[in-house]
Amino acid sequence: MGSGYRQPFKNPVVEWIDSRMPVFTLMQKEYGVFPVPRNFNYFWNFGAIAGVMLVVMIATGIVLAMHYTAHVDYAFDSVERIMRDVNGGWLIRYLHMNGASFFFIAVYIHIFRGMYYGSYKKPRELLWILGVLIFLLMMATAFMGYVLPWGQMSYWGATVITNLFSAIPLVGDSIVSWLWGGFSVDNPTLNRFFALHYLMPFVIFAVVFLHVWALHVPGSNNPLGIEPQTEKDTLSFHPYYTVKDTFGLMVFLLIFAAFVFYAPDYLGHPDNYTPANPLVTPAHIVPEWYFLPFYAMLRAITFNIGIPGTEIVFITAKLGGVIAMFGSILLWFVLPWLDTHPVRSARFRPLYRLFFLILIAVFALLGYIGSQSADAHWGPVPLSLLGLACTGYYYAFFLGILPWLSRYEKAKALPSSIHEAVLKVKAPAAIVILAVLCLASPSARAAGDAVHPPAQHWSFNGPFGTFDRASLQRGLKVYREVCSACHSLDRVHYRNLEALGYDEAQVKAIAAEYTVTDGPNDEGEMFERPARPSDPFKAPFMNENAAKFANNGALPPDLSLIVKARHNGPDYVSGILTGYEPAPEGHELLPGQNWNKYMPGHVIAMAPPLLDGGVAYEDGSPETVEQYSHDVVNFLTWAADPYLEERKRLGISVLIFLAVFAGLMYAVKRRLWSDIH
Amino acid sequence: MTADIKHEGGTRRDFLQLTAGAFGVVGAASVAWPLVNSLNPAKDTLALSTTEIDLAPVQLGQSITVMWRGKPVFIRHRTPEEIQKAQDVDVSALNDKEPDSQRVQKPEWLVVVGICTHLGCVPVGQKTTEERGEYGGWFCPCHGSEYDTSGRIRKGPAPKNLAVPPYEFLTDTLIKIG
Repeated sequence: MGSGYRQPFKNPVVEWIDSRMPVFTLMQKEYGVFPVPRNFNYFWNFGAIAGVMLVVMIATGIVLAMHYTAHVDYAFDSVERIMRDVNGGWLIRYLHMNGASFFFIAVYIHIFRGMYYGSYKKPRELLWILGVLIFLLMMATAFMGYVLPWGQMSYWGATVITNLFSAIPLVGDSIVSWLWGGFSVDNPTLNRFFALHYLMPFVIFAVVFLHVWALHVPGSNNPLGIEPQTEKDTLSFHPYYTVKDTFGLMVFLLIFAAFVFYAPDYLGHPDNYTPANPLVTPAHIVPEWYFLPFYAMLRAITFNIGIPGTEIVFITAKLGGVIAMFGSILLWFVLPWLDTHPVRSARFRPLYRLFFLILIAVFALLGYIGSQSADAHWGPVPLSLLGLACTGYYYAFFLGILPWLSRYEKAKALPSSIHEAVLKVKAPAAIVILAVLCLASPSARAAGDAVHPPAQHWSFNGPFGTFDRASLQRGLKVYREVCSACHSLDRVHYRNLEALGYDEAQVKAIAAEYTVTDGPNDEGEMFERPARPSDPFKAPFMNENAAKFANNGALPPDLSLIVKARHNGPDYVSGILTGYEPAPEGHELLPGQNWNKYMPGHVIAMAPPLLDGGVAYEDGSPETVEQYSHDVVNFLTWAADPYLEERKRLGISVLIFLAVFAGLMYAVKRRLWSDIH
Repeated sequence: MTADIKHEGGTRRDFLQLTAGAFGVVGAASVAWPLVNSLNPAKDTLALSTTEIDLAPVQLGQSITVMWRGKPVFIRHRTPEEIQKAQDVDVSALNDKEPDSQRVQKPEWLVVVGICTHLGCVPVGQKTTEERGEYGGWFCPCHGSEYDTSGRIRKGPAPKNLAVPPYEFLTDTLIKIG
């Protein structure tokens, strides 16, 4: 590695090290003067961007692991502790959560760029294969990471994905219980997923190293797909591409930061803010957006494959789906041998280009189909049928169209060299980015005939949104006088109330109004004492069973995260509080049931909780159900997202910094490249 | 002329690259800081940093150990002889010069953090049956430091007296540490 002829360095320290271990020579050769085709477009930024995202994920992940507890009883709580009590923990977790999505965005663009410009072709087959391997490792890592918060989606995602292996004939069930370490996804599963989730990024790092090594032997492909012939065709990596990559990276990070600070939960799923419950599957479960196209292929196979007209089945629908899903990625491994056309770049292969762009559209459509419920329709067309057609095209592209084009497609004339070619960025850029971003569209809403509650104006909405302190204090009053009779607020402590504008003494006084059980004391007895600011809000019931028993068997959910755990949480909760109506004709309600127009399914166990005039306000605000519900939703939004204001404030500085940095890098790049163009 | 232009371009380029480098350093540092700072004690940890103890059941001559911030705190109900011993010491002869009066709020109650100031072991001597060293306070079994009835270091490698935590008497027999 880096042995052989070596140019001495002037700096004696550098020279001392380099003569013993030529690491500076290596860096100089591979990243300093390394010749790179001069005609890259911005798609070539995404390799470097993906590398940076890997570092972001590892750095934030290591710190998160220091605060996380991998145990089914504590995992969810430890994540919430990160969000609420650990210094800056909310930022680190949001960076990690959204970082996963943005890592996938970068990698998808990187992969499809490679496909479009034929970067997988000889002599870069091994480079490509290592890349596909990285993608598979990323999928496994991301899946296991999603399990760790131990929310409802974590649990049911883990259950569904591990159950895929049960489709394997004969040994499937044994494999699944081996994966679980038990009879269901449980503590052993969580522990091993945590261990593997911590390990895999370093494996990815190692394969990335090999990937870069394999890149630096043949050098990079380029938009023309022809090899550089003379020095005129190339530029040194530094400073030309270091600067260009940094500019691209800053633009990418700008978008990333916009999500982290202003829509941190947009790419996630509200159900994952409900702790895992092995007894109840959420109404509509979907994987993270980056798995959706593959998930759609899994669901597209709904029929057994066998001899028609007989009972003989070779491949069950279940196994067929699993094969379709895994096969779709495994195909990428052999892509260099499916497409043997001598011309690389789609720019000179009009037919390949057309079919490939259709493939991208199909892939995006599969992503959309994967996000919808299994029985969804597009007009009269069942989406599952569309999914099957898309899956068919996907396979036809790789197994039929590519080999056929390899043989028969007549390419356009290639330019004789890179520097003579007219360089211009083509439109596909926009198409690919759009396609990938389409996948990120919000996932489907739970099925049901519920009316969506009307969108309200909330003071905390928008990039400069803040909480209305007076409303928060009124909301606390409503919670304490009404909601707290049945609903706990476990994750909020009395000490947190200082954020509502109370001083230390007022918080102490509020806490002291409650009596909590503590102990055991020196005699081994539990005793009662007034609550202190460090105590969490006192729960109305001793435990879940007591809560159910007192409420006709229906468990009143804890309200700490209710706003985050529902789609459009503030509007939804407010809708539920104000949406009570008499049941329409023809609907019989059982005793203990109520009719609510905004509840999915309309039947709700909770009796109308708010009454006009039920809570006395001291500041002259109207004592109406609307006002109560508005105030208590403000309060509950704060309870679920206590750092909302700080997050939005910090976001502004970060966005400004990144925008200025990007502008600066663009200026440097313009200056630098002005001699080249 | 051309050389001048080139020179000007060079400095401007240098300026841009230096500024860009500075931005990179500032950016990396502002990302690193939250990661490092997250390892400091979290808000729930800080919120638990006071402890209230009822001293009524503690007999004369008896010592109790209570937990404060994850550490043992020694509370000794000193006998008149122990108080006398602690007050009679020639302060100028001590390693860590502190009169007993600065270390107690009420002479009969000595409150100290039960962590040897040498390398953090918990000294013995809370029970009358335990080794207390020749000054009648505490003895650290790890490296042989000996403390007197005021928790002051008298012998051995420890550099400082046992620390006195912040505390206040809420009533005559109720104490709040922290």
